Amino acid sequence: MKISKKTKNDIILVAVILLIAAAGLLVANLTRLEGNMVLVKIDGNVTQSYSLYENRTVDIVTGDNNEFMNTLVIEDGKAYMSDADCPDKICKEHRPISYSGETIVCLPHRIVIEITAENSVPDLDAVA
Amino acid sequence: MKNSAKKTAVLGIITSVALILAYLEALLPPLMASVPGVKMGLPNLVIIFVLYKFGFKEAVAVSGIRLFIVALLFGNVMTLAYSAAGAVLSLILMALLKKINSFSTIGVSVTGAVAHNLGQILVAVFLFDTIQLGYYMIILAITGTIAGVFIGIGANILIKRTSSLKI
Repeated sequence: MKISKKTKNDIILVAVILLIAAAGLLVANLTRLEGNMVLVKIDGNVTQSYSLYENRTVDIVTGDNNEFMNTLVIEDGKAYMSDADCPDKICKEHRPISYSGETIVCLPHRIVIEITAENSVPDLDAVA
Repeated sequence: MKNSAKKTAVLGIITSVALILAYLEALLPPLMASVPGVKMGLPNLVIIFVLYKFGFKEAVAVSGIRLFIVALLFGNVMTLAYSAAGAVLSLILMALLKKINSFSTIGVSVTGAVAHNLGQILVAVFLFDTIQLGYYMIILAITGTIAGVFIGIGANILIKRTSSLKI
């Protein structure tokens, strides 16, 4: 079967996108750090920050009349959203995060949960 | 096309098909539970079909009306901002790629899918001031490419099968 020029171009396009993505993943995974702080950002502003190593449950209240609520859980060095009263509940489905730069986003309530690494060293498990 | 009333009616039906596909897609369970936002992009099948069968103007109309109705029925101003950014970037790039005529519907569809994800992520980065969403974009680029290949194959079949239809 002869492969047409268009099909060839399609394959090149797909390969280029996947290669760039793979390179991006590789760089992201090699440079990632274990986080130690959990930041809560509402509308882009940091409103709360917690240590990733102290277990706690935090209610994040948002909205003009404090009508929305998300529940953030920090447990065993990982953070996740255990509950949200938005319709889509996408943040609830997000896996727990623990590496610096990882985020959980709640679009309807404009909340970002972000892990940061302050004075942290690169992931020692990777070298040990 | 000379009969503009017929064209309007056909485009109206096509728009409703796009709406139903979007609704159907929302009913299905998430494709990847750990990465929210990953979806097939079924409505793009309709947009590509219109782009090839009618043209850019008509695709803009169908896409725009679809976005507006979805926001009216299921969403709000915020969700409209996200979907509009994705749809505009996606449609412009797909139209450009179709115009240079070097790719099949698969290449066009893949570009549309990745551009759609990119548009939404750009709005999110802008709104949340969180560049880290870039990691998420990488994942979406991969899943978008895979979904785009399937939608492109579907669109190809659809356009071929309807080539004898006078619409």
